[in-house]
Amino acid sequence: MTTVLTRGTVTIDVEGCKGCELCIPACPPRVLTMSAEVNGLGFRYPQLHAGCTGCRACLDMCPDFVFEVYKYDTPVELEVEQ
Amino acid sequence: MTAERSIVPTGSPPASAHRVAELTPDLLLTEEHQMCPGCGEPLALRVLLDTLSQLGVAQRTVAVMGIGCYTSFSGTMDLDLVQALHGRAPSVATGVKRMLPDRVVFTMQGDGDMVNEGLQEVVHTAARGESVTAVLLNNGVFGETGGHMTATSVIGQRTKNTLEGRDAEYHGHPIRIGDLLATLDGSAYVARGSVHNAGAVARTKRMVRRAFESQLRGEGFSFVEILTMCPTGWFVPTAEGPGYMDDTLGQVHTMGELKARPGGGPSDHASGALAPEARPGGGPSDHASGALAPEARPGGGPEGGVGR
Amino acid sequence: MTRRLMEGSEAMAEAAVASGCRFFAGYPMTPFTELLEHLARRLPEVGGVCINAESELEAVGMAWGALATGARAATGSTGQGLSLMQESFSEITLAELPLVVFNMARGQSDYFQATRGGGHGDYRHIVLAPMDIAEAVELTQLAFHLADRWRNPVLVYGDYLLAHTAEAVDVSPMTFAPLPPKDWAVDGSLGGTSRSRTVSSLGVGKVNRPGGGIPAHFEAVVPKQAAITAEEVRVETGFLDDAQHVVVAFGTPAKFVRYVVGQLRAEGVHVGFVRPISLWPFPYEAVAAAAEGVRSVMVFEINGGQMVDDVRIGVQGKAPVVSIGGISTDGSGFGVGPLLDVEVIRGRVEAVVSGQEVPA
Repeated sequence: MTTVLTRGTVTIDVEGCKGCELCIPACPPRVLTMSAEVNGLGFRYPQLHAGCTGCRACLDMCPDFVFEVYKYDTPVELEVEQ
Repeated sequence: MTAERSIVPTGSPPASAHRVAELTPDLLLTEEHQMCPGCGEPLALRVLLDTLSQLGVAQRTVAVMGIGCYTSFSGTMDLDLVQALHGRAPSVATGVKRMLPDRVVFTMQGDGDMVNEGLQEVVHTAARGESVTAVLLNNGVFGETGGHMTATSVIGQRTKNTLEGRDAEYHGHPIRIGDLLATLDGSAYVARGSVHNAGAVARTKRMVRRAFESQLRGEGFSFVEILTMCPTGWFVPTAEGPGYMDDTLGQVHTMGELKARPGGGPSDHASGALAPEARPGGGPSDHASGALAPEARPGGGPEGGVGR
Repeated sequence: MTRRLMEGSEAMAEAAVASGCRFFAGYPMTPFTELLEHLARRLPEVGGVCINAESELEAVGMAWGALATGARAATGSTGQGLSLMQESFSEITLAELPLVVFNMARGQSDYFQATRGGGHGDYRHIVLAPMDIAEAVELTQLAFHLADRWRNPVLVYGDYLLAHTAEAVDVSPMTFAPLPPKDWAVDGSLGGTSRSRTVSSLGVGKVNRPGGGIPAHFEAVVPKQAAITAEEVRVETGFLDDAQHVVVAFGTPAKFVRYVVGQLRAEGVHVGFVRPISLWPFPYEAVAAAAEGVRSVMVFEINGGQMVDDVRIGVQGKAPVVSIGGISTDGSGFGVGPLLDVEVIRGRVEAVVSGQEVPA
């Protein structure tokens, strides 16, 4: 079990996502991946993993405005693997 | 990217954290829209609306909209707005600004609207030094009709009416509208940005801000061209949109500030940075040949498709 | 203001200023040019703006923008220039903007353009056709009022004669009934308040206050045409009581026709006239009434035969309808030509009255 220092996080409006995947490479720490499941519209959507910096690159590259970006007041340690 | 990585819950705001960026721009009545997946136009819209909010001018702004996919934003932008005909936004904006000279007036047009149908409008409005800001969403294609050649489509670009790629001898050459407008005495600020990666979005936002600041200083006509992805009209997978844009349109319509008035407020281009940032080989004509052939595109997935 | 000798172009410009018009954009073209010249001089004097537009397309676009802010605004040209503006005329009508358009026409060949339009969709413009400069001063001011009252464009149909001759006229502001506030106009103040406005021909509002969309919008705008038809018909008639022949004419030629009819009446000829002042809505009822029991209805117009269609609709087959006008221009193509002459018109009316063929 390893942990990663995580300074930020996002909320994701999964049902607003159209599955374009522009956020995936936009994320500098590469902590977004696409889901295997689909949302109500039938699109796969991004999922967040440990290590977000709260940089807002995903938000700036999201055409469907599904992200909201937060920074933790104090960085947290999150588990990397299940 | 392995499946066993833990997923962080993202359904609700976290405790002990502060929000750094909001879901929906302030000046948008809803985040919903009917744009295709991977479209660049909503990204440009956010840049524009966030800038107007940050400048504090929302309650003295009139938008004039052209006709294209982005026209549907007219119902979601919380701004006083006049809908113009295809190509005619610059003259309509002129009438608005002359009657309301203390308001911020901007147009939003696509390349088909501005550079095809209404080219003389934007040229004359720029030459007149009309104190409006024109925003061009340039994706090099008529997106709303389903992917047809425009006056900014690049050589080699495949569209529904250039199936083998735009051929200079048969279809003519693309117009670099920003470069053209920069030559006119009436234009005060001219820049070309893009939204194909987060860095480009940040730079484009600075350009939009400078354009509006130029209008607020009454310097003349200001213009920001924003290259936007249209994977539907380019016939590429959504995730490849940014890479395709960078390799094709981005090579011809090169990004950078093309013109700014000296002493025009805080900007980082006082030291000769006015030249386009990345014009390879110097001569515009260099872009016309081979580089844009479809086979020259990196086949890459998301990782290979971004960044420049 | 007292009476002053003025060219028609200047008088119409002064009437526009007196009406509160504060924006004009136009592109020079004979015989419209002098109207543009006078407005270019006068509007800045009253705090207005006149732009020498780079094209007719841009002139009408600029007027569109000014109208959207709630200003009184106008554009104009000759029929040729108005041909270029037709797309915008269609959409400005559907956007319910109160545009005033001056057609300083080359003759009367723009009757169809004015009354039917060359643009797309279901739209009509109120069309007012003055016969002389004094009436042009009144109808110009009426045009701005009707445009606001109906939120519908109004076209003033002038010509070379009106533009380039002079009369002593009084251009005092006229008084009209009060108008509702322009609560649809944009001034940029409502951004970010969730009450922002959209001026559009497409029937779209904002998502929080949606318009009805295109079909509902069209269905809401088009019925205005019936209301305007019911309320805004303007017509002058004369000598109809025992008339056996009627002459119909509009615009400056109608003044010549009225004079000829007066001459013939003095000589005992039973002839009367109908002068449509509003070309749309057309005075069909007046024409129908005039046609009761007469031997002929003549139409004198300086074109190949356009208003004669409307006269036939009005006459409804109750009398023979005879065109006695025709194409008539000087060598330049701008002027009114040899037909616009009292003796010529009199000869043509007399030929019909006496049962002879009308000279070609």
